[in-house]
Amino acid sequence: MQADRLGVLTGVHFIDGDHACAEGALAAGCRFAAGYPITPSTEVVERLASRFPLVGGLFVQMEDEIASSIAIQGAVWAGAKAITVSSGPGISLMAEHIGYAAMTETPCVFVNVQRGGPSTGLPTLPGQADVMQARWGSHGDYGIIALSPNSPQEAFDLTVTAFNLSERFRCPVVMLLDECIGHMLEKVVIPPAEEIEVVPRRLTTRPPGEYLPFQPGPDGVPEMVKAGMGHRFHMTGLTHDERGYPVMTAAAQDALVRRLVDKVARASREIALTEARDLDDAQVAVVSYGITSRVVVRAAELARAKGIKVGTLRLKTIWPFPEHRVEELLQTGVRGLVMPELNLGQLVLELERVARGRARVVRVPHAGGTVHDAETIVRAIEEAAK
Amino acid sequence: MSAQTTGRETTTRNPAPAADCAAPENPVLRYLRQDRLPHIWCAGCGIGTSVNCFARAVDACGIHLDQLAVVSGIGCTGRVAGYLKLDSFHTTHGRAIPFATGLKLANPSLKVVVYSGDGDLAAIGGNHLIHAARRNVDLTVICVNNFTYGMTGGQVAPTTPLQAVATTTPYGNLEEPFNLCHLADSAGAVYVARWTTYHVRQLQKSITRALQKRGFSFVEVLAPCPTLYGRRNRVGDGLAMQRLFKERAVVKNGVATRETNFDIYGHGPIPVGDFIDRDRPAFLERYNAHMARALGDQFVPYGDITVDEKAEADRFAGPEG
Ligand code: SF4
Repeated sequence: MQADRLGVLTGVHFIDGDHACAEGALAAGCRFAAGYPITPSTEVVERLASRFPLVGGLFVQMEDEIASSIAIQGAVWAGAKAITVSSGPGISLMAEHIGYAAMTETPCVFVNVQRGGPSTGLPTLPGQADVMQARWGSHGDYGIIALSPNSPQEAFDLTVTAFNLSERFRCPVVMLLDECIGHMLEKVVIPPAEEIEVVPRRLTTRPPGEYLPFQPGPDGVPEMVKAGMGHRFHMTGLTHDERGYPVMTAAAQDALVRRLVDKVARASREIALTEARDLDDAQVAVVSYGITSRVVVRAAELARAKGIKVGTLRLKTIWPFPEHRVEELLQTGVRGLVMPELNLGQLVLELERVARGRARVVRVPHAGGTVHDAETIVRAIEEAAK
Repeated sequence: MSAQTTGRETTTRNPAPAADCAAPENPVLRYLRQDRLPHIWCAGCGIGTSVNCFARAVDACGIHLDQLAVVSGIGCTGRVAGYLKLDSFHTTHGRAIPFATGLKLANPSLKVVVYSGDGDLAAIGGNHLIHAARRNVDLTVICVNNFTYGMTGGQVAPTTPLQAVATTTPYGNLEEPFNLCHLADSAGAVYVARWTTYHVRQLQKSITRALQKRGFSFVEVLAPCPTLYGRRNRVGDGLAMQRLFKERAVVKNGVATRETNFDIYGHGPIPVGDFIDRDRPAFLERYNAHMARALGDQFVPYGDITVDEKAEADRFAGPEG
């Protein structure tokens, strides 16, 4: 279905990634947001606070991130599309409710504009050290999707995608921006509403009595419901059956948790968004995401100028990790993989896992606070090409 | 203000099945998920009594049951949502109020009730309690206060009286308890009442009144937890606690909440009654009025922002869509 025209600010804009993210939410049909101020993410909710009253939406600044991350889920179960936004310390506080959204299959979007961590860390400077938190930040096993834009334009585009995926799979989606993308001003083109594809909520059409809120469809995803439809349904963060009733058995746990993981895992190819460059003849591939991928463009140019057959694979989808794309690289003759990231080695663990010794994996760790310099990545490419 | 002047006697009833007249059935049963019974609560626990009063209050105020949602947190009282045959939400520990805030604000036509315990609402959820009252979100909060954490085995709570023994205060509690009614009043609740599980008629009327208020209403229900509070503190069983409530409760409608402290462990009166009943604009009323002033014609008034199920169903092409 196409986007609701009211929320789409069609035109050419010069805005930062945080603002573009907010516009993406509006275009996707989000009309409820709850948040708490934290650098460098606050501009997202500031934009929503000023735009929502013009489009019939509502932003509430809650008393903390914990409240924000559950208020949006209340709104979703009333039928709204909803978002919350934060950064490192606030995302840590939201972790329990990311798991709650996964367990209760509540479609919603969590935006993390990453800064340097741990703890209060570097509030105004970039990091990419929350990628594992995005995957495993809440306790227990669950499926989750995380996307990582590398420009304000993509912050807009992928926020629309994030909402669409959350509705499609009834799961939380994490938008992993970083301080650079959040605060970078660039041209952002917002297309006409007719050109923006929006996935509607999978609301059940079954009458009360014939609908079970956690009975999976063929794709493992149950139809959704909202309060006030007459179903008088129950939902809980406890392990539950298809009715949503608590069941404290190993069998119920196995059935539910496996489904929560599998519904995302089995669709990983569909969810995996990547961008390839110069990979046809490549012997070395630099795999990167977010702001780091922009330094990689320069590094790859420099390495090519030195005669190294290097290409790049940019991950827009971080989770589920696009391992089939890495597998394809290995099939097409890539023998060296390089992963620069603004952490001391997180997503590279996935790369190493998939490579299983079939390619040399060179880490380019960085503690955050600024971006890599291209020369460091060039040296890593040279090492991988040896 | 007295109980007589609050105009609580509204009696539009939900039509009950005619069969009730022929074979009298417990009128509360149809509010319960009977496929989930028996419940988990101990014999003598006060939570069930409060649910009984709640169901009768809902009955009395004639709310359409499809428009009534109940949100609980975690704990023995947190299980209430799971037993009520309404749209019911069992959320995380302490966070029933912010969940309910989102639920209510996204669909203002719903009547949203938060039903939880003292540990859930006043300890881990204390911050949300005061802020929801301050914002005057249109919610009814029913807080069953049994002075302890039941589900986890009887630990000290912010409502546990001085000297009382809990598993984490084996030598007696040394912290002053909260007076929850005073707290809710100070934070801005438009309706505040306290009763005990002995006062079933009064409690039912107060819940009815709370459900009819627009804005943040708070009803505290003092309740026995014989298993974990009563036994350790030599109160005895549920019946003995009811006796204690009967003997020591003093009705003080309209009294200033700062004068409603009590010591359940010691002696002295336990003030109960309808303490606060006032009006102030609820969050969304204020929002719409304020934005209309600030933005004029540009403002799109805030109402139901939820997806339209028929339109969504038409547009939704199936699982692969
Ligand atoms: S432990 Fe206490 S509060 Fe919990 S069900 Fe038993 S009596 Fe009630």
